[in-house]
Amino acid sequence: MKSIRVALGQVRPKLGDIRTNADKLLDFIHRAKLDHADVIVFPELSLTGYLLRDLVFDVARRLDDPVIATIVGASTDIDIVFSFVEETDDHLFYTSSVYASKGRVIHVHRKVYLPTYGLFEEGRHFAKGNNIESFACGSHRAGIAICEDAWHPSVPYLLSVAGMDILYIPSAGPGRALSGDPHSGSQQFWERLIRTYAQLYTCYVVFVNRVGFEDGLFFFGHSAVAGPDGELLCVMDSHDEDMHIVTLDLSRIRTERYRSPLLRDEDVYLTHRILGRLVEERQ
Amino acid sequence: MTQSEMIAKKCESLEHHVADVIPILVEFLRQEVEKSGFGRVVFGLSGGIDSAVVAYLAVAAFGRDRVHPIIMPYKTSSKSSVADAKEVLAALDLPLTMVDISPQIDTYFGLQEDATALRKGNKMARERMSIIYDQSAKLKALPLGTSNKTELLLGYGTQFGDLASALNPIGDLYKTQIRRLARLLSVPLSIIEKPPSADLWEDQTDESDFGFTYEEADVMLHMLIDERLSPEEVIERGFEASVVESIMRRIRQNQFKRRMPIIAKLSSRTIGIDFRYSRDWGM
Repeated sequence: MKSIRVALGQVRPKLGDIRTNADKLLDFIHRAKLDHADVIVFPELSLTGYLLRDLVFDVARRLDDPVIATIVGASTDIDIVFSFVEETDDHLFYTSSVYASKGRVIHVHRKVYLPTYGLFEEGRHFAKGNNIESFACGSHRAGIAICEDAWHPSVPYLLSVAGMDILYIPSAGPGRALSGDPHSGSQQFWERLIRTYAQLYTCYVVFVNRVGFEDGLFFFGHSAVAGPDGELLCVMDSHDEDMHIVTLDLSRIRTERYRSPLLRDEDVYLTHRILGRLVEERQ
Repeated sequence: MTQSEMIAKKCESLEHHVADVIPILVEFLRQEVEKSGFGRVVFGLSGGIDSAVVAYLAVAAFGRDRVHPIIMPYKTSSKSSVADAKEVLAALDLPLTMVDISPQIDTYFGLQEDATALRKGNKMARERMSIIYDQSAKLKALPLGTSNKTELLLGYGTQFGDLASALNPIGDLYKTQIRRLARLLSVPLSIIEKPPSADLWEDQTDESDFGFTYEEADVMLHMLIDERLSPEEVIERGFEASVVESIMRRIRQNQFKRRMPIIAKLSSRTIGIDFRYSRDWGM
């Protein structure tokens, strides 16, 4: 196994302005390529902004839309993970994250868990994704969980069973500076979460959170990467638009999975059997 | 633990992470003003702690040349309020802009001899708002709000008067948190330590208007709003039932001040009901 260089594209999108945001993503992609990154990851809804409300109807794009094709087309020398409002042929609107490589879309993840409580109203505007799968990226497998998806442990669990080596978590996480310890409550929660997943699934976890303000919401950035031993490899200690590149040594996954064979010992048959029974009992 | 010890302890925990909000609020001001295309800010400087804190935050965000505080005394306003406001200007090296609102207030109330002090106070607050919005157009400066969370919840302000603004950096901070913030920003101690007053008539203080102290109010509001305790649960923790009930009544009775005017729904897309866009959409 080799190393891969991952660029964290911690951008501040402009709400509803696809042209400006696309130019920004292309600029970040260009800079990441000059820095010899193998893949660049952008936050949730990096092409559109987050608090869209009725704008969802206007900014939705099909996968074959020219703007989407332009960004996918920029993935000839660098893989790209970016997110937008995807409209399907039957006019359902999803929060989607695309993995593009060598000028092609190789995976689309549609956000499954749409927070609709407190300050969130995603369930009002978006359709719920209904699939969770990993995908091959050269010598390794990756999985995508968009923001709230990662607050449901079943999502990384399923991706882990599906062979994930790297979990990408594009996010639009708002901060609550007065609700917790050292930094914002959610920021600390995210750090704990990605470290725990990385350690339990002996994989890399790449969390890329957006920055900027939208109608008073403060997106706290602090994108971070955790390694397969659960240690943080990088935290972008900033609320600003910025890019960091982190090298992921994939051979560490091998070492860690030998030392701590949680994946080997995971009994999916037992889980499947009991979960099946529990679900049946519920009905 | 006595009740006053409990209040002191709770206030201390309320103030705990206030230092963390300074960079967030400074960046909030910068980004929101930049989005609006104005580049400058204007607000009323009363000599009280809230507008002083806003002045310090604004100067931290924009430097002295783009910050436009206006002192707007009425002839019965306390002389020390004007002196305190001038001290803020001196400390921040800001120029003095003073508009005496006595002539227009006196002209109007010359024809309204039965007007109560409350009517006069509200009229003064709206006169000041009207001046700030006129200066906003003249200076191309965004009007900043200076109402804190305690006042907003208790409804201690004039609708379309001092409650009116384009942007409020301190509206999610309780009064006790504002006091900590003021100390961290080095606001003059005389301003931090004097009893808060709307200064609408002689010897008026907020706390005598309320019948409870800000510390008591903040602790109870935090329990009722942030911790979602019921009034009964707050009373069980040793607070006087009449005070808790008076706070609840104030919160409910003043809800109208926290909302835009409601519109009778007739069409399929009604502003504020199912025509829903973030303000950022228009920026």
